[in-house]
Amino acid sequence: MAIATAPAERAVPGRNEHPLLVLTARRLAIGVLTLFLVSVIVFLATEVLPGNAAFAVLGRSANPARLHALERQLHLDQSVLAQYWTWLSGLFTGKLGTSLANGEPVWGLVEPRLINSAVLVFAAGLFGAVVGVALGAIAALRKDSVFDHVSSVAALTVTSLPEFVVAITLIILFSTVVSHLLPAVSLLPPGTYAWSQPELLILPVATLVIVIVPYIFRMMRAAMIEALESDYVEMARLKGVPEWRIVLVHALPNAIAPTIQVIGLNFLYLAGGVVVVEYVFNFPGIGQALVFAVNNRDIPVIQFIVVALAAFYVVMNIVTDVVALLVTPRRRIAR
Amino acid sequence: MGRHPWLSVLWTAARTPRGAAGLALASVIVLIAVAGPFVASKPPDALLTLPFAKPSGQFPLGGDFLGRDVLSRVLNGGWALLLMALAATTIGIAIGAAAGMSAAYLRGRSDSLIMRTVDVILAFPQLVFALLLVSLLGPKLWLIVLAVGLTHAPAVARVIRSATLDVSERDYVKVVELQGMRPVKVMTSEILPNLISPLMVEAGLRLTYSIVIMAGLAFLGFGQAPPAANWGLMINENRSGLPLNPWAVIVPAVLIALLTIGTNTFTDAIARVTIGVDRRPEEAVLLDELTPGQPR
Repeated sequence: MAIATAPAERAVPGRNEHPLLVLTARRLAIGVLTLFLVSVIVFLATEVLPGNAAFAVLGRSANPARLHALERQLHLDQSVLAQYWTWLSGLFTGKLGTSLANGEPVWGLVEPRLINSAVLVFAAGLFGAVVGVALGAIAALRKDSVFDHVSSVAALTVTSLPEFVVAITLIILFSTVVSHLLPAVSLLPPGTYAWSQPELLILPVATLVIVIVPYIFRMMRAAMIEALESDYVEMARLKGVPEWRIVLVHALPNAIAPTIQVIGLNFLYLAGGVVVVEYVFNFPGIGQALVFAVNNRDIPVIQFIVVALAAFYVVMNIVTDVVALLVTPRRRIAR
Repeated sequence: MGRHPWLSVLWTAARTPRGAAGLALASVIVLIAVAGPFVASKPPDALLTLPFAKPSGQFPLGGDFLGRDVLSRVLNGGWALLLMALAATTIGIAIGAAAGMSAAYLRGRSDSLIMRTVDVILAFPQLVFALLLVSLLGPKLWLIVLAVGLTHAPAVARVIRSATLDVSERDYVKVVELQGMRPVKVMTSEILPNLISPLMVEAGLRLTYSIVIMAGLAFLGFGQAPPAANWGLMINENRSGLPLNPWAVIVPAVLIALLTIGTNTFTDAIARVTIGVDRRPEEAVLLDELTPGQPR
């Protein structure tokens, strides 16, 4: 691909590969391997480990006939390898089986929820990143000022809070005890998507933003201070480069690189955080579906959601690594 | 000084303003959680008043959704959470430190194997991994502790690995290696004592996260089963009555919040006195990995 786009620079094909391509390829390979292992773990855990999933589902109400029927439904009468293959190929073709709780196809159950959760996660991730980077950069520029101290202590305090405590606080403040400005629950009619009623998104997104901003803030502040104290910034200062240019062109790009890693890590956090936040607000996403599925021991739904969340994490990890490299000026150049 | 280095780090951290504030806050909540069951004046499970009754002289925090005394339930609802969080932290630190040290010190194939395993476990959000195990084996408390501890291990392993890489290059390690000391002995007697700072900061961080996850699982209904009193569970049980008796929700929520703020602030103080910068070890690892011009 690189050879086709830049033939002039490729005097010796195959050698001197651009480090970015090599790294992306390596990350992709590791990502695929990780996902494969994740799928094996989830599969083995849910189908083999507890002895017999059918028995686990039916529990005390198990009798030979029902057990037998459920075993066939879960393909437990096949060999382990065949079961795994049926399940894995189903993941790619959308044939995820039927929910054990209500007999509906799993895909029809989770598809609108996947989209709702994606809206929630990306809205929170985006807002959180912008707010965190901006606040972190300002705090670093005004190091040891009142703003810096106040925001650092506030960040430390908020980092410690469980998301359901933040959510409950927002509900107390905005939708029950103190005021009634926003809905306390984000109930959506079945078949509608989150953006049809944006006011229902406000509190769930706000909760997640409040929880992730401190991490991004702390990292951005630390990285920005390091960049501002670096030799290249001092060099630029001595050359008489204007301060705004030092901040925006010299320091900021180098400080954002490690921060992007933290932003990426926060997407992993969000993948788990949506579970609690969706549950608190009754938001119809996959997190809420997971809680219901765990309560009902709805194994096909659990399997799919866990693998989907893991896949999201692996993909986000690769994306963050590549983006972090792209924005690190010194790492872009082929050596 | 003659004092044990672990204690001396704690002592130094506790004497900074931030450390003192964090320690005081956490201690007060721990005291409430531990002494609570002994000072509670009423049985936590008895139906004594009206559901969501407003606070009164006899019931200072009012009634919960079934009409039980909120104050007695608050006093009884912390110790199990605390104990489970401590146990999960211990498991996570032990497994993570062992894995991280082995990966860095043994290098080569062991390193890749351990770090790939770390990658795979990291792909599961902690709460989701715990839910997965709970869905298989039922909401058993030991299982939740094990699941949370296990999901702490990869992050700990990463930090300890990077710290070990540094320590294992030092001369005194080389000397005992040349004297023929066995790898396990080198790790436990020469390397481990030099990992005090990152280990203590990690322990503090993981304790905070353990409390957050344990309380979250209880909130979702996967911790202690009702009618047990548990701060996380109480918040969920009583939130439908927020307009009637908000104290049944606010008090347990504030206690959880103050506890995690306390442990996290004290951890921050430890990080400041040991590592010298206000940066968490996991952030430092990220910075080092991406700081231009540094060999990896």
